[in-house]
Amino acid sequence: MNSNLIKKNAAFLPDKNGRFGDYGGRFVPEILMSAITELEQEYEKAKDDPEFHKLLSYLHAEYTGRPNPLTYVDRLTEETGGAKIYLKREDLNHTGAHKINNVLGQLLLARRMGKQRIIAETGAGQHGVATATVAAKFGLECQVYMGEVDIERQQLNVFRMEYLGAKVIAVKSGSRTLKDAINEAIRDWVTNVKNTFYCIGSVVGMHPYPMIVRDFQSIIGQETREQHLKKEGRLPDAVVACVGGGSNAMGMFYPFIEEKNVQLHGVEAGGRGPDVGDHAATLTYGEPGILHGMLTYMLQTEDGQVADVHSISAGLDYSGVGPEHSWLKDTGRANYTSVTDAQALEAMALLSCSEGIIPALESAHAVAYGLELAKTMRPDQSIVICLSGRGDKDMESVFALAEKGVIA
Amino acid sequence: MNNLRTLLEAKKSKNEKILSIYLTAGFPDPQTTLLLLKTLAEAGVDLIELGAPFSDPQADGPVIQDASQQALRAGMKIPALFPIIKEFRQVSDVPVILMGYANPFMKYGWQRTVDEAVAAGANGFIIPDLPPEESRDFREKCRKAELDLIFLVSPVTTVERIAAISKMTTGFIYAVSVAGVTGERQHLPDATTMFLHRLREQTSQPVLVGFGVSNSETAKNLARISDGVIIGSAIIRLISESKNTKESCEKVSDFVRKIKLGLGECA
Repeated sequence: MNSNLIKKNAAFLPDKNGRFGDYGGRFVPEILMSAITELEQEYEKAKDDPEFHKLLSYLHAEYTGRPNPLTYVDRLTEETGGAKIYLKREDLNHTGAHKINNVLGQLLLARRMGKQRIIAETGAGQHGVATATVAAKFGLECQVYMGEVDIERQQLNVFRMEYLGAKVIAVKSGSRTLKDAINEAIRDWVTNVKNTFYCIGSVVGMHPYPMIVRDFQSIIGQETREQHLKKEGRLPDAVVACVGGGSNAMGMFYPFIEEKNVQLHGVEAGGRGPDVGDHAATLTYGEPGILHGMLTYMLQTEDGQVADVHSISAGLDYSGVGPEHSWLKDTGRANYTSVTDAQALEAMALLSCSEGIIPALESAHAVAYGLELAKTMRPDQSIVICLSGRGDKDMESVFALAEKGVIA
Repeated sequence: MNNLRTLLEAKKSKNEKILSIYLTAGFPDPQTTLLLLKTLAEAGVDLIELGAPFSDPQADGPVIQDASQQALRAGMKIPALFPIIKEFRQVSDVPVILMGYANPFMKYGWQRTVDEAVAAGANGFIIPDLPPEESRDFREKCRKAELDLIFLVSPVTTVERIAAISKMTTGFIYAVSVAGVTGERQHLPDATTMFLHRLREQTSQPVLVGFGVSNSETAKNLARISDGVIIGSAIIRLISESKNTKESCEKVSDFVRKIKLGLGECA
C-alpha cells in the first residue's frame, strides 16, 4: 500500500458519512454502531502511522510475494489482433488471489485493536482461505461462514481453511450463497461484538469497510501503474476487472480514477442470461436499494426482497455490489458490462492453452471481456486485465461440466 | 392525539407496565394475522409491532427468520400490510407499530409507505437497519404525518449516542437487552440489569425492553427496571407449534394473559 496515495485521496471519497455520492452509508442495527465507529477511528490512526505501513509493506514483500508481475501475453495478443494485453498477476500472490491484500491489512488492524477472534464470510472460498491463512500466522481464532451451495462447489478451499485451523460454518439460510454467509457473519458479529473483528472480504457492507478494503486493495492499481509506466512509458488505455462485490476491480480502478484517459471496465457475471435469478449482474440489471448496511445497486424483486442470483463462479455470485462502483457507474466514470458463464469458460480455456495460465472462473469473466475490448483497439494501445485469482480451485467444477458435456 | 402517546401517558400515570407483542405479518398467512391481532387485543396487549417480512433479516434469529420466509412464500408484501391494519382498526384502538428492514419500504416508496400507514391507522415505525445517522428524511416524513419513529439502544451504545437517540426517538426507546439477534433466552445476564439502570438514568423517555424475553419470570424482572417489555420469538414459536388457527389463537391468548398477570405484580 502506498501511504501517499491514500493520504492524497483521503479528502476525496467517501465523505464523513461514508457516502460515495448517494451510495454507501451505515444502514446497520444500533448494536454495531460503536464497533464500526471504533474501527473507523483505529483505521484513521493506522493510516497516519508509518510503522503500520512499514509492517504491511514488509509482509507484502516477504509473505504475499509482492510486487507480482504485470505479464505481457504475446500469444493472446497476437490471436486477438488488437491492443497489447497485459495481465496483473494477483493469481501469483500467496493463497492464490488478491484477497490477501485486504486480509493482511484488516488483521493488522484487528491486532492493533486487541481483537482475538476473527470472523469472515466467503463465497468462492478465496477470502476465507486468505483469512484463515493470516489468522494462523497472527495466532488468532478464526471462523468462516460459507453458504452450503458454495461449500459443495469449492470443496478444496473448505479443506484448506480447515487445515489452516479455521472453523468453517455451513450457512443453510436463504439462497445458501455469499449474501447469506454475510447475513450470518453479521449475526455473529452483533452477538460477539466486543471481542470479535469482522474481516469483510470485499468493498461492500457498512462504512468504513468499502473504504478500508478499497485502500488495502489499491496496491493492485498502484503497482500496475508503475509497472506499465516502466514497460510502455505511459499509462494503459484501459483496465479491466471482474466485479462481484468488486474488490479487485476497486483496487485496480482507484489509482486511475483521476486519469481520465484510462478507461475503467468492470465485468459482472451474466450467468445463464438476463432473467432474474439467472445472473449476478447487479450494476447491469439492478437498481439502488439497501443491503448489508449499504445503499447500493442490488438485485431485488418488485417487492423489495433480495433476488436470487446465479453465476458459475462462486466469487461473483452476489446480489449487491460495492457502493463506490454504484457511484462510478452513475457518474459514468467506469463502464460496467457482463459476460455469460459460457463466455467465461471459453476464456478460461483460451488463456490456459495459449499462455499456460489457468485463471479463476471469476477472473475469466474479465479475460473474456478484455479480449473483446482489445479487438476493438489499435496495436499501439494497451489494456491491463486484472487476473484476480488462479483457477486451481475451479478444476473440479470445470471437469464436472466437461463430463456432463456442457463444455469441450 | 397519537394514541401511542396517550397510551404511554395513561400507563405511566397509573404506574402500570406495558406489554408489546411482535407478530410477523403474513405468518403463517395473511388471514391468520388479522385473527391473531384481534386475539392479542382481546387478551389485553398494550401495543403491537407488526413485522414486514424481509428475505435477509440480519438482526433476527432463526425463529423470526423462518417466519419471515414463510410469510413471503404466503405472498406477504408491504401493500398487503395496510388492509390488515385497516380491518383491525374496525375493532380495536391498540396502537400498531410497523416494524421492518429498510429495503422493502424504500422500494415501495418512503412517502407512499407513510401515507398508507396513516390512512390505515398505523401509529409508527421501527426500522432496525435505519439508525439515526441514516434516518433524517424518513424522520421528517414521520414527523409531518404525526407517526412515531422509534429508535433502538443497545448495551454497547455510548452515553453520547443515548443522549442523541433519546432526543430523536418518539414514543419510546426500544432497549435491546443483550448483544445478539432476536430469540428466546432462558436467562438474561446481570449486565442487562446494569444496562437498564444506566439507561433510565440517562433518559426521560419510556423504555421498553426487547430481545430474549421469553417467559413471565424474565418479563417481570425486566419490567421492574423499565416501562415494559417486548416479546416476539416466543409468540412466533407458539404459532408455529400450533396445528391450526384456533390453537394458535388459544395459545397466544393464554401466553399473553399469563405475562400480563405477571406484569400486574410489578406495578
